[in-house]
Amino acid sequence: MTDSISTTQSLSRESGVELDLLAREERITPVPLWRVRVKLWWRSARQNAAIFADNKIGLLGLAIILLFGVMALAHPILMATVWDARTYDPITGYSFDELRQPAPPSARHLLGTDPLGRDVLSQLMYSTRNEFILGLLAALITVTIATTIGATTAYFGGVYDMIFMRVADLIIMTPAISLLIVMCALFNPDLPQLAVVIGILSGFGGTTIIIKSQALSIRVKPFIEAAKVAGGGHRHIIMTHILPNLLPFSFLYMMFGVTAAIFSEATLSFFGLLNVRMSWGIMIFTAQAAGYLLSGVEYWWLLIPAGASITLLCSAFYLVGRALDEVVNPRLRKR
Amino acid sequence: MTNEQMGKWQTLFHPSDPCPRFPDPYLEFRMTHTDPLVTVEHLQKYYPVNQGLFAQTRHYIHAVDDLSFQIGRGESLGLVGESGCGKTTTGKLLVKLIDPTKGHIYLGSNGSQTDIAPLKGAAVKQFRRRVQMIFQDPYESMNPRLTIYDTVAEPLVVQGIGTVIEREERVAEMLALVGLTPPASFLFRFPHELSGGQRQRVAIARALVVQPKFVVADEPTSMLDVSIRTGVMHLMSNLARRLDVTYLYITHDLAVARYMCHRIAVMYLGKMVELAETEELLQHPQHPYTKALLASVPVPDPSIKRQAAEIKGGIPTPINPPAYCRFYERCLIATARCRDDAHPPLADKGNGHSVACYAV
Repeated sequence: MTDSISTTQSLSRESGVELDLLAREERITPVPLWRVRVKLWWRSARQNAAIFADNKIGLLGLAIILLFGVMALAHPILMATVWDARTYDPITGYSFDELRQPAPPSARHLLGTDPLGRDVLSQLMYSTRNEFILGLLAALITVTIATTIGATTAYFGGVYDMIFMRVADLIIMTPAISLLIVMCALFNPDLPQLAVVIGILSGFGGTTIIIKSQALSIRVKPFIEAAKVAGGGHRHIIMTHILPNLLPFSFLYMMFGVTAAIFSEATLSFFGLLNVRMSWGIMIFTAQAAGYLLSGVEYWWLLIPAGASITLLCSAFYLVGRALDEVVNPRLRKR
Repeated sequence: MTNEQMGKWQTLFHPSDPCPRFPDPYLEFRMTHTDPLVTVEHLQKYYPVNQGLFAQTRHYIHAVDDLSFQIGRGESLGLVGESGCGKTTTGKLLVKLIDPTKGHIYLGSNGSQTDIAPLKGAAVKQFRRRVQMIFQDPYESMNPRLTIYDTVAEPLVVQGIGTVIEREERVAEMLALVGLTPPASFLFRFPHELSGGQRQRVAIARALVVQPKFVVADEPTSMLDVSIRTGVMHLMSNLARRLDVTYLYITHDLAVARYMCHRIAVMYLGKMVELAETEELLQHPQHPYTKALLASVPVPDPSIKRQAAEIKGGIPTPINPPAYCRFYERCLIATARCRDDAHPPLADKGNGHSVACYAV
């Protein structure tokens, strides 16, 4: 029988010698392994960046995030150089040049002043940093908890799985905002504390279930069985096979988590429940407390900058998340 | 020579192939000097069918029911049957991916047999060096985020065999051995960059890298193109001889089994109904189910008129099957005894041919 496969020839040539087919003197890989790995990682990062860049909406989101990042970084520089602390400090400043507070936008105050005579643009830029810290910290805690629990519950199942899933059900059933309001009224947390609470609530709640469902679809793949047959223990399988396939999704839900955290913070600040001196929510709260909430058209600079910033930054993270979804989820790609 | 002279089953392959199986010069030696490598005794695997959270489980799927057989050292045993007959479950039981409900699996020959069921921890790891598995789907049996090197080296890494450089060399040797040459050009590719046949070769390399003595091959060629299939089968039988590997070859394709296996076991609904040497089984099938199975093989020659399969009805459910012969409802030669007695045991009918049937 004719067999065109070249294997036969190569096998017959090396007959008799078991597993010693290559000359020892030539190293198989001329470069060290880690350098190859870095190269591979770099190559896949470049490919993913190209897919991401194809998505114009994602780029828009990224641009908005970068814009806010520049704002956050520019504030301390401006305070140190151009802006006088007595006039422009976001919390203690007072604009003595204006006759009436709140003053409409002018060359001196690009976004006007608030009812207490403070510069709105300075407040806006000062708050941006806090929003970033809160959003990213809360999202990081969320996905750390959710990925750990999701991967392990999907892998082990049984009672362990049931406990965490019932906890998640409980958290999903509880309306998060009202729970946060009660909690803030009782404990008056500051931003990092709030980030931890939001992170824990979301991490044990909805995000866990989403990530676990992803982990379940990985857990039934034959390569998990293959790893078991290879002799891999639970830790090896979770760390080498489940987590690397899960992390892109974790990163994706981190983006969505930022949105949720910023939104919760704005809501709580608006009710004056947070131990925070300045934030976008507090800017709206100040306008509301001084009675300007219902004359939003006339005194637009009190409401629109903060409101638009919350909307823009939240949607920017969401848009980036959607674009990342396309990167980690090949079925969603248009090509 | 006409087709009639060649006999009915010669046409499993194209009639111009005189001997479809790769010729094995050591076969005679092996078959006479064989001692068992794997011994399976009364193996059972029942899956409970849950009816509710607090309901007591009363129903079981009898996936594998009372299987007993031996696989000789260097032999390759084919496990043939239709979908859902328990072939894959048997394979997974033998590599300890799942634990049996009852029964024993012994590894090793008469002097030093080890029961694999009670193995725990480090002993399992040791066991994994001796027994490996090749999976059906080459597209799903590899982690898409690991390179070929990482995939093939995984058994070495988790077993803690060798240093990094030794592993690299070993992996490259294995890749060369399965025909992926030059190995250096394959080491740091990802599975999605390879074709189906190449992936299956990687899967074979990965299974054989720890130099196991026994490999369960779960339909390794069924997902491959027919054009690639022969090459992979050829490679597997070649490696078996070179590396002294024993196969349990699970397949639903009788032509593949004929090519690869020294003996063939036919399974039906969790029971083994017939076991014989390949040509003996194909030329002189005795169990009515085997006969029907062989009659269903398509013949690549329009001038041959196939006989209708001697079978009736469809596959009954494996949930709580009756105590009498599993094949009774579909059998055309069944007698009253088949209905009254328990499922027939696998009885030796001479010539190494065992059949589980009262009527033959």
